[in-house]
Amino acid sequence: MSTANDTKRKAPAGERVADWADGRLGIYTLAKSNMRKIFPDHWSFMLGEICLYSFLIIILTGVYLTLFFHPSMNEVVYHGSYVPMQGVRMTEAYASTLDISFDVRGGLLIRQIHHWAAVIFLAGMFVHMMRVFFTGAFRKPREINWLFGFLLFVLGMFTGFTGYSLPDDLLSGTGVRFTQGAILSMPIVGTYLSMFIFGGEFPGHDMVARFYSIHILLLPGIMLGLVVAHLILVFYHKHTQFAGPGRTNKNVVGMPFMPVYMAKAGGFFFLVFGVIAAIAGMFTINPVWALGPYRPDHVSTGAQPDWYMGFAEGLVRAMPGWEITVWGHTFVLGVLLPLVLFGVMLAAIAAYPFIESWITGDKREHHILDRPRNAPTRTALGVAWITGYMIMLIGGGNDIVATYFHLSINAVTWFVRIFFFVGPVLAFIITKRICLGLQRRDRDKVLHGRETGIIKRLPHGEFVEVHEPLSQAHLHALTAHEQYAPAEIGPTVDENGVERKPTAKEKLRSKLSKGYYGEGNQIPKATVEEYKEISAGHGHH
Amino acid sequence: MSSQEISEESLPSEQDTAHGKAVAESPFANPGLPPHKPRIQDIDERAAKRSERTVALLFTISMLATVGFIASFVIFPVDKIVYVWPLGHVSATNLSLGLTLGIALFCIGAGAVHWARTLMSDAEVADDRHPIEAAPELKAKVMADFAQGAQESALGRRKLIRTTMFGALAMVPLSGLVLLRELGPMPEKKLFHTSWAKGKQLINMNTMQPLRPEDVAVGSLTFAMPEGLSEEDHDFNNKIAKDALMIVRIQPADIKDKRELEWSYDGIVAFSKICTHVGCPISLYEQQTHHVLCPCHQSTFDLSDGARVIFGPAGHALPQLRIGVNGKGNLEALGDFAEPVGPAFWERG
Repeated sequence: MSTANDTKRKAPAGERVADWADGRLGIYTLAKSNMRKIFPDHWSFMLGEICLYSFLIIILTGVYLTLFFHPSMNEVVYHGSYVPMQGVRMTEAYASTLDISFDVRGGLLIRQIHHWAAVIFLAGMFVHMMRVFFTGAFRKPREINWLFGFLLFVLGMFTGFTGYSLPDDLLSGTGVRFTQGAILSMPIVGTYLSMFIFGGEFPGHDMVARFYSIHILLLPGIMLGLVVAHLILVFYHKHTQFAGPGRTNKNVVGMPFMPVYMAKAGGFFFLVFGVIAAIAGMFTINPVWALGPYRPDHVSTGAQPDWYMGFAEGLVRAMPGWEITVWGHTFVLGVLLPLVLFGVMLAAIAAYPFIESWITGDKREHHILDRPRNAPTRTALGVAWITGYMIMLIGGGNDIVATYFHLSINAVTWFVRIFFFVGPVLAFIITKRICLGLQRRDRDKVLHGRETGIIKRLPHGEFVEVHEPLSQAHLHALTAHEQYAPAEIGPTVDENGVERKPTAKEKLRSKLSKGYYGEGNQIPKATVEEYKEISAGHGHH
Repeated sequence: MSSQEISEESLPSEQDTAHGKAVAESPFANPGLPPHKPRIQDIDERAAKRSERTVALLFTISMLATVGFIASFVIFPVDKIVYVWPLGHVSATNLSLGLTLGIALFCIGAGAVHWARTLMSDAEVADDRHPIEAAPELKAKVMADFAQGAQESALGRRKLIRTTMFGALAMVPLSGLVLLRELGPMPEKKLFHTSWAKGKQLINMNTMQPLRPEDVAVGSLTFAMPEGLSEEDHDFNNKIAKDALMIVRIQPADIKDKRELEWSYDGIVAFSKICTHVGCPISLYEQQTHHVLCPCHQSTFDLSDGARVIFGPAGHALPQLRIGVNGKGNLEALGDFAEPVGPAFWERG
C-alpha cells in the first residue's frame, strides 16, 4: 500500500504465495539454479530412480503396517479367521501379522507391496551400483556419494533382515537363530552381545520389540538422511554423461528438470509404484501363515533368507567346520571366517574408488562416463566380484539347487567351495578378453569404417565388402576416451647422483598400474595420424 | 594417497587440449551438438492432438481404476477366495485391490511419460559445469578466517582447557554405554546347562507321555523334552531351545563309538536336537545310515559314531545325553549334558 508499484497491479495468487515463501525461504534463488537444471538422458540413469521410489513406497506402506502390527512377544492363542492356525499358541507379533493378512481389508496387499518393494529396493541398488561401477561414475568428485550409496546398500540389507524377522514366523525365527549363532562365534564378546541383544537367552521375549524399533526408526532414519544427502550431491555434482557430439567434461547436455524431467521422473514414480502394486496383487511373497509361529525346536526344510542375504548364507554353508580350542577358549572359525569374509567383500566395494585413484594418480574431475570395455581391468574386477557373489548365492540355496536339479547336496557344496575361488579368476580373464576384443573392434571401425554388408565385385573379379566411413560424431564418440600410460617408478638416482631405493608402495603401484594400463591390458585407440594415413590411400581395406 | 613419488607423465594430456582450436580440423574432434530433429508431433498438429488424447485416455483409465479400487474394497468380503487362471486360488480382495491400484498408478506414470516424450520440447540443451574446488583466493580467505577463529579461541595456547575439554567429551558417552548394561544379563554359565538332570524322565513330544524303551523302534526318530516342562510355560521357548532331544534306536552292534554305547540304553541313544553349527533344530534322519542332516546349512552327523560331523559347516559332534530306565520302566536322564549344547562360543573351551 505504501509503494506505487503495489497499486499498479495485483499479482496472481500463485505468484503472491511464491513471494510470501521467497521472503522467508529464498525459493527464487533456489529455483534459479534448479528449476531448469539439465539432466542427461540414458536408460541406465533410471536404475537409481527405481531405488529412490521403492524406498518411498516402503516408507509409505511401512507406516500403514505399524498401525496394525503389535511388536510384542507375549503369547496368545489364535482365534482369528485363518482356520488352520486357530487354537495355536503364538506371539502377538505373529498373530497380528495374520490379522493384517486375513482380517484387515487391503492389509495383505500393503504387506506384500512393502515386502516386494524391499526386495526390489535392494535389487535396484545392486544394479544401480553396477552401473556406477562399470561406467566409472564413482571417480572424483563422486567418491563420497559412492560411499553414501554403499552405506544405503548395507543398511538396506540389515533393515530388510530386521523387517522380515518381525512376524516371528518359523522361517524368520530360524534366520534370527542363525544370526544369534553367528554372534556367539565372535571371540570374547560373543556371549555378552547375544545376552544383551536378546535380553537373556535365545529367543527371550525382547527380540521383536527391539528389532521393531531398529527396523522402523533407527535404520530408516539414518537411511532417509543418507538418501537426502545422496540426492543433494547428485544435484550438486550434476549428472554424468556418456561421450558424444556436443558433450564434454565441462558441460552437461540433456533436457531441463522443468518440465521434461519433472514429468518423466515424477511419472516414473507412478510406473514403479503401479508395477509393484500389481505384482503384490498377483504374487504371494512371504506367506507367513503357511509356516506357523516360531519355535526353537521346529524347522522347515528349504529355509532361505531374502535374496540379498543369500550370499552371506552361502558363505556360511560352504565353509568347512573349523573349530580351534586354545587355552580353554574356542575360535569358531567355521562361522567367524564367513562373517569376516562377508565384511571384506562389502568393504571392497567401499574401498575401490580410492584404490583406483591411487593407482592412476589422477586428481581431475571426471564427468564423462567410461564405456566398460575401455576400462578392461576395472570391468574384469567388477565381473569377478559379481561372479564370487553369484557363486555364493548358489551356495546359499544349495539345498534348493540340489533338490530341483536332483544333485547331491555334497557335490553342490563342493562346487561352491571350489568355484568361489576359481570362478572369479575365470571371469576376470574372460571379461578382459572380451573388453580387449571390443576395443579392437572399435579401433577397426574408426580406421576402416562400418561394414555395410554390400558386396562389390571389382573389375578383375575380386569380391570386397564396402566399408562406410563413420560420421565425425561417431568417430568422436569412439575415440573420446582417455588412455593412461602405466605409472613408472620415478628416477632412482636423484640430481646429486645419490641412489634411492624405490619403496614397496611405489613398486606395488607401478605393478598394479601395469596390470591396468600396461601393454596387452588395453588396445591403443586409433590416432588421427593412423586415420589420415589410411583414408588417404582409400580403396584398400 | 600421494602420488608424488611416481612421475605424473603417465596421466593422459589434459582433455581440453583435445577439443582446443589447434586440433579443430581433427577428424575425431567433437563436432558439437547435432541439430534438433523434429518429431512428428512438432510438425503435425494432428499427431500432437493424437498424443494429447492418448495422455488424456491414460489419465482417465487411472480415474476409472481408482473407482474400481474403492468398489472392490466395498464389494468383496475380506475372506473371499476366487480361482483365477493362471494364479490359482487367490484372495479376491488382494487381487482386485492390487490390480486396480496398479493400473491407477501405472496409467498416471504412463500418461506423464508419454506427455513428456511426445509433447514437451525434446531439444537438448547444454549447461556449463563449474569446478568444485574453490579458487585459491577463496581458499586463502577461509584459511585466514579459520586461523583467526582458532587464535581467538586460544585453544592452542590454553592447554589446560583443551585437555580437560577433550577429557570431558570423551568421558560423557560412557554414561550412555553404562545404561546399555541393562539390555540383558551376564552370560555367566547359562549356556553350559540345560534343564536335564539325573532322574528326569524323557517326555515324548508327540504324545506328551513318558517314553518307554519299547516305544522306540529301530529306524524311527523321536523328539523328547524333560518332564516338568510345559508348552504353556512363560519361558518354554528359552528352555526348549536347549533341551530339545532326538532319540533313535540303533542295533548295539552297529554303534561304533564306545562312549556312545555306554551312554545308550539297549541301543537307544539320545542326542541334542540343536545343531552345533548355528543352532537350527536337526530334523532329517536317514534310517539306513543313521545320518542326521540339519536342514538349515546341511551339516551332517553320524549318530552311530558319536554324532561326529561327516559333512558341512558344523565344528563339533552333537552332545549326547546319558540315559537309562527308572523303576517305572520309563526312560530317564542320568544327568545333564556333559558339554554345552548348540553353537560353539568363546568360553566353551
